[in-house]
Amino acid sequence: MITTSTFDSRPAYGGLSLDERAKSHLVVAEGDGASAVLDAFEDAPPSLARTTLLYAGPDGMAVRLAILGAAEFRRTSGRLDLMNRLDEVFATSKMGARLYVAGTESFIGEVIAKAATYGVVPQSVIAEQRGSLARRVQCVHCKHVDEEVTATPYACGGCGQSLFVRDHFSRRHAAFQGVRVDAEVPGEIPAAEELVQ
Amino acid sequence: MTLHFKKETFRDDYTFSNSPEAIRRFPFPFEKDEYMYSVNIEQHMPGPQKSAFEFPIDIDEHYVAEMEDRAKVLAQDPGRCQSLPHMITAEWDLLELLMESMSKHYPEHFQLTRDGDDWRWVNKPLGVDQRFVFGDVSTLPYPPMEYITRQCQGDFALLDQRLDNLWMDAGVITAQADWSLDFDIGMNFMEWHAPVPLAKDMGIFERALKFLMNLQQGRPVRRLNWTMTINPRLDTSPENYDKWGVERTTVTPENVGNKVHLRVELQAMWRLPRSNAIVFSIRAYMIKMEELVTVPKWGRRFHRVLRDVKPELAEYKGLTRYRQMTVDWLSKHDDGAPTSPGFAPD
Ligand code: HEM
Repeated sequence: MITTSTFDSRPAYGGLSLDERAKSHLVVAEGDGASAVLDAFEDAPPSLARTTLLYAGPDGMAVRLAILGAAEFRRTSGRLDLMNRLDEVFATSKMGARLYVAGTESFIGEVIAKAATYGVVPQSVIAEQRGSLARRVQCVHCKHVDEEVTATPYACGGCGQSLFVRDHFSRRHAAFQGVRVDAEVPGEIPAAEELVQ
Repeated sequence: MTLHFKKETFRDDYTFSNSPEAIRRFPFPFEKDEYMYSVNIEQHMPGPQKSAFEFPIDIDEHYVAEMEDRAKVLAQDPGRCQSLPHMITAEWDLLELLMESMSKHYPEHFQLTRDGDDWRWVNKPLGVDQRFVFGDVSTLPYPPMEYITRQCQGDFALLDQRLDNLWMDAGVITAQADWSLDFDIGMNFMEWHAPVPLAKDMGIFERALKFLMNLQQGRPVRRLNWTMTINPRLDTSPENYDKWGVERTTVTPENVGNKVHLRVELQAMWRLPRSNAIVFSIRAYMIKMEELVTVPKWGRRFHRVLRDVKPELAEYKGLTRYRQMTVDWLSKHDDGAPTSPGFAPD
């Protein structure tokens, strides 16, 4: 379950754990997220019989997930492919399925945002962050969303302005907020710092 | 009361200013010589005649110009007005609240006639005469919240109450102090307040939320908040910060009096009858330093408040670049005399 630390808009992802009451399980993972899926599902064969598993990531991990024994396993070629596949699954999925996500914060955010468009309540998603600390950031000026932002400030992929990444998070956009860093003194752009938490 | 509406702008040539009467009724927010966050919520009771608190919804000399500015913002950025689908009942509630209040207190300017669900709304200053069916969206040129807030001063947010929290699920926000409705929509009370410094550690938001969850219909409440703005710009949105941010560097010792504005938000909260939602109105008042110091008590007091305000607050409110220059300018209007308690001029 995702909780929000009481005074922060940034969600804290609690970690994958099996919801025994769910009728079925939809598990999506990217990259290092695979290890979280293995930790949570390895000893749960009965539940695996009701599990759909989608993965984008390297061969080694993909093989380990494939032999896990999920009712349906699909390895996709990358995030875009995975997201398209997810659309198909949501379009046909039944009530009572529990959604699990594992990967970077940016990946989790994108999946939750997509799920929300199918009526999945963001707070109901079970998620675990693994891998890089990259963020998904929305430019407040042009509204472009950049994935995998690792430093602040960074250049917006939409309007090109240098954006400072604020510690303010919107579940609906599943994104942090980027604000022009040199609006007051154009050209005064501080050195980029890695986003470390 | 017949109002005279000024022709003025809140952008480009910035011709906005306050008449002497508007200065006298300015909702000066400091009751002491110092300021810190607090749970400053009180009943939204009728205040003294001619004050900004006389009526629940305050319409003043800037009404027509502010509505023109809102129309410009919405034309450029429709995302400033958003409403999630389950908020439609709250939208109608808001329309009723505003039409009832405006027509009751300013009958020379606004008239509402109700015959069952057949309503007629007349807004003389904006030249509107609209018949519509209450509850039937197709009979208005805009959805109800947008329709009425294009004709009412102040920004508005509609909060849905569920899961022991308030959720900002609709709003019209065109004159905000640097926060984004498009980003915040769908957030709960704790989430949208996350950027505010210090207040969270003081337990302010927990107490405020608890209080608001029990807000009763017919017993609105209000609070004042303040910040500062360079030039009388209403649209200090983060969306356009890349355009207006640079104005913060244009302050010089010579132009402080004219450029630097105290910006006060009169925030009122009502429980709505049909939807059980809460309306949060944010009515902004601006006053330039030259106008402020025409009330000697305000000049003295604001000098002391601004001089001593905590750095975290100054940084959050975006005052850092011009604070010292403004304090220096105001110091010439502070003779050190004691100030009387309370907001009012001496
Ligand atoms: C329920 C209606 C309310 C709404 C919709 C609302 C909304 C907001 C928003 C959007 C901000 C700006 C946050 C940012 O920087 O992104 C803010 C700031 C703030 N709010 Fe609220 N608020 C509400 C009620 C309250 C109440 C009842 C209090 C009572 C103490 C309060 C105290 C504050 C404070 C202290 C700030 C910082 C303002 C500053 O320093 O300029 N709010 N609010």
